[in-house]
Amino acid sequence: MNTVNLPYDPYNVIITGVGGQGNVMASRVLGNMLSRRGLQVTIGETFGASQRGGSVMSHLRISSGSTWSPQIPRGRCHLIISLEPTETMRVLSNYGNPNVKVLCNTREVHAIGVIAGDQKYPPLDDIKSWVAELSESCWFLAATDKAMELGNPILGNIMMIGAAAGIGVLPLARDDFEAVISEAMSADKLKINLTAYDFGSEMIGAAN
Amino acid sequence: MTKLLEGAPGSRHLLMGNEAIARGALEAGVSVVAGYPGTPSSEIIESLASVSSQQNLYVEWSVNEKVAMEVAAAGSFAGLRAMAVMKQNGVNVGSDFLLHLALTGTRGGMVLVHCDDPGALSSANEGESRHFARMLEIPLLEPGDFQEAKDMVKWAFELSEKIHNVIMVRSVTRLSHASGNVTFGELPAEDKKAFFRHDGFLLDPLEGPMSSLPAPYRHGQQQEKLAKVIAEFEVSGFNAYHGPQAPELLLITSSACYLYCKEALNLLGLEQRVGLLKLGTTWPLPPELMQTYLSKTDRILIVEEVIPFLEENVKIIAAELGSKIGSKFFFGKREGVIPSTNEMNPDLVIAALAKIMQIPYEAVPPAYDRRSQELAVSGAPGRDMTFCAGCPHRASFWTLHNVLQMDGREGFACGDIGCYSLAVLPTGFSTLKTLHAMGSGVGLASGFGKLGQFGMDQPVLATVGDSTFFHAVLPALINAVHHQSDITVVVLDNSGTAMTGFQPHPGTSQDAAGNEVPPIDIAAVCEAMGATVRISDPFDIDNTRQTLLALFEIKGLKVLILQQPCALSPQKKGKKMFEVSVDENICLGQNCGCNQLCTRIFKCPGLKWNSEQNVSGIDEVICVGCGVCASICPAGAIRRKEVA
Repeated sequence: MNTVNLPYDPYNVIITGVGGQGNVMASRVLGNMLSRRGLQVTIGETFGASQRGGSVMSHLRISSGSTWSPQIPRGRCHLIISLEPTETMRVLSNYGNPNVKVLCNTREVHAIGVIAGDQKYPPLDDIKSWVAELSESCWFLAATDKAMELGNPILGNIMMIGAAAGIGVLPLARDDFEAVISEAMSADKLKINLTAYDFGSEMIGAAN
Repeated sequence: MTKLLEGAPGSRHLLMGNEAIARGALEAGVSVVAGYPGTPSSEIIESLASVSSQQNLYVEWSVNEKVAMEVAAAGSFAGLRAMAVMKQNGVNVGSDFLLHLALTGTRGGMVLVHCDDPGALSSANEGESRHFARMLEIPLLEPGDFQEAKDMVKWAFELSEKIHNVIMVRSVTRLSHASGNVTFGELPAEDKKAFFRHDGFLLDPLEGPMSSLPAPYRHGQQQEKLAKVIAEFEVSGFNAYHGPQAPELLLITSSACYLYCKEALNLLGLEQRVGLLKLGTTWPLPPELMQTYLSKTDRILIVEEVIPFLEENVKIIAAELGSKIGSKFFFGKREGVIPSTNEMNPDLVIAALAKIMQIPYEAVPPAYDRRSQELAVSGAPGRDMTFCAGCPHRASFWTLHNVLQMDGREGFACGDIGCYSLAVLPTGFSTLKTLHAMGSGVGLASGFGKLGQFGMDQPVLATVGDSTFFHAVLPALINAVHHQSDITVVVLDNSGTAMTGFQPHPGTSQDAAGNEVPPIDIAAVCEAMGATVRISDPFDIDNTRQTLLALFEIKGLKVLILQQPCALSPQKKGKKMFEVSVDENICLGQNCGCNQLCTRIFKCPGLKWNSEQNVSGIDEVICVGCGVCASICPAGAIRRKEVA
């Protein structure tokens, strides 16, 4: 069906964050980009509670062969794309392994317990060292901050997709991104999304 | 993202399970579709409504699931293909009609799609709707992946027309809300004409009146239909066996669990030792097919969600076949290797198989596992559920809670299903003290309000959503008015069915397809019943408090309608009413008498607590500018400036 070589089959990606950060949108865009390459993509996600400040996760299974479970088994994630630093730690504790790669947006979203003063939000530098310890390689990007410069913090999710393309482990192509966004959104939004995507890719270049 | 009508036959698309179900219905030539919003089912109706004008399709969000089934059945009686869609609770609501429908039978193909939520990922229960199939004697199908979700729905319409009865198709959250690649089939092009034949002989199921009388006679007809469907199930391609000729263990499964089982067998390297029987036609089970596979081995493992429905049905068949297949040992929920609560996943199947087959399995190196768990304790603070930033419910419950406290008689509020269910938690100041089915808060309040003769003098409130008001509150409200129950019903009117994605309801002026429709006025309905009605904006904390306190002085049934659109509503999204900021020179933080009222008690996610400088702040990304926190700050440190 296709000639794409995947580092693992199925290749397992988790996109994580907090409700309202555009997690579901990011998983759809990524899934559709890979599906256009002829790959079988299965996306597992939950929503409903997701908009109420809860942790959200999308599980992507990417395969040249068949449909996989919408839930990744424990310890089997290959790439974590995280929109929120502490959510990275949560996902690592369930799905991490010594070979996992991590892309992490550095924008903090405080849980209600942190806002109320009942819990402490860990310092970002601590999170960075913990993630480095628990992963094969990791990148930290100020995607939301950069997106705010573009006028809309939600574009942080698109920057993270650009960043995922930038690390080169999956067959993610800018043409496919453009085609998928053109199908999903009105034409006037294409340019800003392409800009965000390109910023994401460039940030990986700068972080390396 | 895929447009359901685009894409040639044979083209491949990444579809959500619910979109696949919708496409299957379109390929079957469905004409009438009705449902009530409920996670994880809502996208089926939404997808079909979005293409209804191009396909001469009638799609509606009905007032509740019983009416949805009735509206769909009318289409079937008039010879059209029809579908009713709901979540698990909806089948309970519609089951009274469904019992009678199963007796009268159907004409045009009729399918009931019900989406269960094992693990209650977005429900207040993990109730099973599969049992209705056995209880009401209706065939049940369960797709095992995304392609099947489409293909099985199409087949269900054909089956329904073969036996002239409704077919149940059960999905679960992990299929409905997951996505996978689906290959499209043809869309039919023919025009359809609706006509209800009712002038035939009384007992003629196709041309006579649709009546369940005489019931025992119709019941016999219904059971003959089931016998006919079993013959179809015996040869259905939706039941499939993978594995060796003589397996050491037979794993029987259905639905999303099929994908978990496949993965577990793969990870444990058991594909040549364990047989996997995936069943798509789960009630009634086809006995000859079951005999073939049950004969393969003496040890059987059954994997399903949530309670042992398939397991019990397999055991009944195995008992009946006992003389032919010998006795079996069953692993599953009753034996205990598979849990009977919560959803399944690949790891639970791996654990069960590893135990039965005595295979060691390590998901991750133990040292990594320990370290990652240890770091998550401080690295990943838990996220309690909360109302969204700018949610009108936070403001409403702030006032409800404070008024009940001021009153001092230990009053309470009865709740039901909606975002406002969260008010049993601290995010709603733990104001709700009962939480049951839709509309149940008013029914319970109606009862509590009659306990005065036994000395009860606690004020009783009930909170309902605007969509719930129409769905299930009306009978309870009539009951309370008629019996002069002394209660206050608070309608949290946020202008749509917000929790499930802002679908319209009878109080809104647009229907599912976006047509203009006459809205029903909640206040006028309540006044017509004889209730005392007041309206307030929950963001106006002072007025809402005074209005509610005044209502406490009036006897009988009072209704307070709190109107403010959901923070996520299309009309509000991306628009701030106020720019909110904290004047750090005025905020005294912990040194203020308020003791951090805004962040510690009000706890809107748009607020921030700066523990170093001991002041509150605003998270500019999350704050939506409702400005309510400015009303609750006693020091006046939170400032709001109207956005032009």
